[in-house]
Amino acid sequence: MFSHKKIEKNSILMLVLVLIVVSIGGLIEIAPLFYLESTIEKVKGMRPYSPLELAGRDIYIREGCYNCHSQMIRPLRDEAERYGHYSLAAESMYDHPFQWGSKRTGPDLARVGGRYSDEWHVTHMNNPRDVVPESIMPGYPFLGKTPLHVPDVAGNLETNKIVGVPYTDDMIANAELDLAIQVNPDADEIDAFLERYPKAQVRNFDGNPMMLSELDALIAYLQMMGTLVDFTSYDVDANKR
Amino acid sequence: MNLLWLAFTIICALIGVMLSAKAVDSTMMLHGMVFSIASVLSAFALIARNYRNINTPGLADANGSVNYNTEIIKAGVIASAFWGIVGFAVGLVIALQLAFPALNFDLPWTNFGRLRPLHTSAVIFAFGGNILIMTSFHVVQRTCRARLAGDIAPWFVFWGYQLFIVLAATGYVLGVTQSKEYAEPEWYVDIWLTLVWVVYLLVFLATIWKRQEKHIYVANWFYLAFIVTIAMLHIVNNLSVPVSLAGVKSYSLFAGVQSALTQWWYGHNAVGFFLTAGFLGIMYYFIPKRVNRPVYSYRLSIIHFWSLIFLYIWAGPHHLHYTALPDWAQTLGMTFSIMLWMPSWGGMINGLMTLSGAWDKLRTDPVVRFLVTSVAFYGMSTFEGPLMSIKAVNALSHYTDWTIGHVHSGALGWVAYISFGALYFLTPVVWKRKSLYSDALVNLHFWISTVGILLYITAMWVSGILQGLMWRAYDAFGFLEYSFSETVEAMHPFYVIRALGGALFLIGALIMVYNLWRTVRGDVREKEAGALVLNMEFAGAR
Amino acid sequence: MDYHSVSTFAQSYGLLYLFGLFIAVLVYALWPRNKEKFDKAAHIPLEED
Repeated sequence: MFSHKKIEKNSILMLVLVLIVVSIGGLIEIAPLFYLESTIEKVKGMRPYSPLELAGRDIYIREGCYNCHSQMIRPLRDEAERYGHYSLAAESMYDHPFQWGSKRTGPDLARVGGRYSDEWHVTHMNNPRDVVPESIMPGYPFLGKTPLHVPDVAGNLETNKIVGVPYTDDMIANAELDLAIQVNPDADEIDAFLERYPKAQVRNFDGNPMMLSELDALIAYLQMMGTLVDFTSYDVDANKR
Repeated sequence: MNLLWLAFTIICALIGVMLSAKAVDSTMMLHGMVFSIASVLSAFALIARNYRNINTPGLADANGSVNYNTEIIKAGVIASAFWGIVGFAVGLVIALQLAFPALNFDLPWTNFGRLRPLHTSAVIFAFGGNILIMTSFHVVQRTCRARLAGDIAPWFVFWGYQLFIVLAATGYVLGVTQSKEYAEPEWYVDIWLTLVWVVYLLVFLATIWKRQEKHIYVANWFYLAFIVTIAMLHIVNNLSVPVSLAGVKSYSLFAGVQSALTQWWYGHNAVGFFLTAGFLGIMYYFIPKRVNRPVYSYRLSIIHFWSLIFLYIWAGPHHLHYTALPDWAQTLGMTFSIMLWMPSWGGMINGLMTLSGAWDKLRTDPVVRFLVTSVAFYGMSTFEGPLMSIKAVNALSHYTDWTIGHVHSGALGWVAYISFGALYFLTPVVWKRKSLYSDALVNLHFWISTVGILLYITAMWVSGILQGLMWRAYDAFGFLEYSFSETVEAMHPFYVIRALGGALFLIGALIMVYNLWRTVRGDVREKEAGALVLNMEFAGAR
Repeated sequence: MDYHSVSTFAQSYGLLYLFGLFIAVLVYALWPRNKEKFDKAAHIPLEED
């Protein structure tokens, strides 16, 4: 009565039509972001994460902090007053993946670096209600008790290099060492470390010099957030989009 | 063919053992083991099946009608009901954690950050996914008048999908996540899902190819668009480079603003194609079927289909209003989101008007009530969505609970309700029962969960708008009036109400599971005997 | 390639493509000769055994 071939063709035809229709939107919206030069602003100060900051960021991801905290300050008056200068695309250009978030059950963290002391963070992570009575954040007392264990520090940097973060061979070769010494200001190699990662903060973050803990890494990451870009040299008009 | 599958399971088992032995982290060791155990069990199942000598059943059974594959549907009903309860229960737990933070127990495996992906994945992918796979297998067989293609392939899809869920869920609890919302599973779980999904597409297509009906019914179009588009979204959004082939950790290919847009292109279309297009396939089959009338306008359904899939794919950037995403992309996203209102409501009207001339069924058949209410919620959410995509509204609503309320009016009201309707419809059909165990319990389920949804979404509206306004409130001196912690404190009563709503919804679902279980057993509630809505297909069954 | 050329393209050919697609679907759905086919198709779920 009807040819089988034609039917097969029809369902494949529909499949192809659907694919064409649904790929157009994505192509037109996403593809230009990769080659339009205006997508990412030109700024001074951005650098790849130090191995300890990167380890801290991986813990931030592991614990699902992004579920409740954004890292994206919008250009609205109240947000500027509450959190600081609005976030630039350049500030997350080395974030694989981005951590902009979608919900503020807790406050935005894009510029939390330097806002509180290390001690505050240690107490807060241990039991948030000790410093913010109204807080509904879970406590993370286990972070300070867990030694930081990164299976392959250099591998993490290398993988980031593959996906486009400008880690140098020097950085990768010294990754293991850099991870260990960022908590030790007296280490001999600190000058070389700071040359690799300008503005990196070097100190014992969790108040326990006996052990390099997960909390050290997390606080190192938090204290760095939003501190890299030099806004005194940022040209707003040149980056209008 | 059986031998090929057997070889496949053995290869999988070996890969699992190798991953486990060479693992650089403990989770990969565990997941390698789980993977190889699952593969070995499948190998045994295949061998046992061979000895039982189950041949591929012929096209027609003794009565000359098509010999549909109902066993896979039964498995799907059970899996959907099971994961539904798990997903709703975890949702209740995390709702309570937000109201009473002590319930995080300050342990790694129980904190909100790890359990929230467990909830979203359990309800979307485990519950919703099983519903979609199961109903699509049912609908494509029935509307093509052809037995589901493949003998073992559909079972691979079913069990492969359950394995995906188990790997993803245990990974979350152990802290394995890509941190991309609704795409949290790491690279190796993504690869496994891709494989399962390709086989799913092939089973679906092959069933269409051997159909005896000239026209491909519109529900199948929606299912096909759902399967194909999800494949595309899943692959592109999860592109990443693993640090080690024997470790769980990977870094995603895209960074920053590109990463954000790719993620929300995925995220919004997971809503559009997983939670909308797929479930519209359910609507276009199960509502006409249950009320025994053809869809109101088949022409409208064609326009609905093409305009919906065309417009949806552009709407993603509305999740990134006022962010560092370039303005032109935000405007594009907003424009298409607003346009999306029209096809959405076209579809809603088409679903609702299918009842014209049979409105009394809304009163006499509680299953119809579930189906119709779901379409009403679909209409409500698809009105609210475009509203929230307007930049001025979004400036207030974004980052607040309003978004959570919006999602749940769609997820509980639309997705879950149409799924409940499908489950109530299918259980007597595939187990060949005359009717459900009890219609009164369906009614009870309906009212308890409706009260639950209303509590949930009104609490989230109030808390969302309240918090949004508090964040931007200024005092007489021009300073911000509230600290962030004050706005958190103000949320507490609403979080308690929300948890209560969630509890009611869970109780309703438990009533459903009880009712379905008694139906499967072949029981009929004595009080209602003789007054139950009959399953038209098997009126002669017990 | 800059923003200007992309937006010019989107606002001309892009719009044309979108509108053309919409018209094509509309014509297909409302073409009188297709009516019978669609009416039959709408009954598919109800006729199964």
